[in-house]
Amino acid sequence: MIDLSVSLPGLNLKNPIMPASGCFGFGREYSQFYDLSTLGAVIMKAATGEERLGNPTPRVAETSSGMLNAIGLQNPGVRKIMETEIPFLADFNIPIIANVAGSTIDEYEYVATELNKAERLDAIELNISCPNVREGGIQFGIDPSMAATVTETVKKASNVPVYVKLSPNVTSIVDMAKGIEQAGADGLTMINTLTGMRLDLANKKPIIANKTGGLSGPAIKPIAIRMIYEVSQHVSIPIIGMGGIERAEDVLEYLLAGASAVAVGTANFQNPLICPEIIADLPRVLERYGYSSINEVIGGAHE
Amino acid sequence: MIKQEAMEVISSTRIAKDTIEMVLNNSYISNKAVPGQFLHISVVGHTLRRPISIAAVNQAENTVTILFKIIGSGTEALANHQVGSSINVLGPSGNGFSIDELTKEDSVLLIGGGIGVPPLYYLGTVLKEQGVNVQAVLGFQSKEYVFYEEDFIALGDTLVVTNDGSYGHEGYVTDLVDELDEFDSYYSCGPAPMLQAVTKTFPNKKGFISFEERMGCGVGACFACVIETKDEAGYKKICQDGPVFAASEVSL
Repeated sequence: MIDLSVSLPGLNLKNPIMPASGCFGFGREYSQFYDLSTLGAVIMKAATGEERLGNPTPRVAETSSGMLNAIGLQNPGVRKIMETEIPFLADFNIPIIANVAGSTIDEYEYVATELNKAERLDAIELNISCPNVREGGIQFGIDPSMAATVTETVKKASNVPVYVKLSPNVTSIVDMAKGIEQAGADGLTMINTLTGMRLDLANKKPIIANKTGGLSGPAIKPIAIRMIYEVSQHVSIPIIGMGGIERAEDVLEYLLAGASAVAVGTANFQNPLICPEIIADLPRVLERYGYSSINEVIGGAHE
Repeated sequence: MIKQEAMEVISSTRIAKDTIEMVLNNSYISNKAVPGQFLHISVVGHTLRRPISIAAVNQAENTVTILFKIIGSGTEALANHQVGSSINVLGPSGNGFSIDELTKEDSVLLIGGGIGVPPLYYLGTVLKEQGVNVQAVLGFQSKEYVFYEEDFIALGDTLVVTNDGSYGHEGYVTDLVDELDEFDSYYSCGPAPMLQAVTKTFPNKKGFISFEERMGCGVGACFACVIETKDEAGYKKICQDGPVFAASEVSL
């Protein structure tokens, strides 16, 4: 019997697979394809203080082995999410993680404080790495002192564990991770998208209305693996890994690099059943490489 | 309900320049699809699916017809599918045209531009079955892109216009307003500038518009394909709330 369970701060996962923030809405759409209680957990789309309408369209463009997106944190605002989305997800027997975003420290603090009143919430993913909004977002994720400040503030405001989502668009991911751990983060999620651009040959302009977008998909997987490999040797808090996961073998690679669980993003768009399919296939792949539990695999590359 | 289904390619025909008509077999999709809905089609080697409108349905034979224009590597790869091969789709997706209220007393105008013409053909065939009086205006870039003229003539009076005048009338669909018979409502699909011109030309008519946009998930989860609306919500999702909207509810 293969043990797929993993225990992380605030999160008792029956398996290490969860959909990534922004690629799964608030779960409703994918619940028509399968029972969400199959998942290890769910990370909701970003919540900001007030409703945001996001960027002009086009918001997505395909790339080789991936895609660019610049949605712009469109969401109905934290109160609406607590009224309508969290109660929907609470009916499934899985941990709920809220992705918290903002333009100012005050907004992050407000969203985290509001979420304390949620019907159910198991952890926060602190979004300091969205590359697609003009104010806030990634600014907090590329300046180490701002990252530390927003982490401390949200940690103080919230009564659930805080996982900080790291941006790969930095010079030293290890320094950022160490600073954020020192600021009190309970865990890290990595990586967010890499800033990219595609041009339309006919009109010579960027395809995405926001000009730049975040690159996701299999194209970024080697970068995420390298970053998790490095960061996991310098921090003692757990890492949830993400970037281009499409099959159970990818999950194993992330765990070996040092992740304790993973999130699946872009692959949901190609195959809405990708998460349950990976979960069903995980025991076969673990067995093939001689493991009987997820815990045995974590950090295996460093032994 | 949207399902992930395998569809077998029954035929694939180049019916105009860069334009492929493909007949696909699948009983679930052919029995559920209504006019205005689309298929979100997986293309091997490509991250994102391609949203393509349903152009016709034959329930007796369990087939669905799609038409698409080859404009990039994704549609090129889709066009390369051989008869007998299988295509993975999500569908039927989106909400169709609202037509339940229409009766034999009603007269509708179909206004299609280029690759926006196909969903109007499926709509036209269903309206004709309902006994609704149909007329159509179809716009294309030039003569070599024209398709389905005879098929639309079988549904009702049909005018064809090409931008360069190489076939039918010269100009744009909206140039032909004076040649139309009276109608109660219009249904339109085509490029954004055409849709803007159409809504401006018929400000007092009840109209329904089908939109196309670059999509991500195609099921309403990723917020890639939104359109500005005039109501307090501020936006709607084309893949899930559309692709058909009342002309009065969206900002063009």
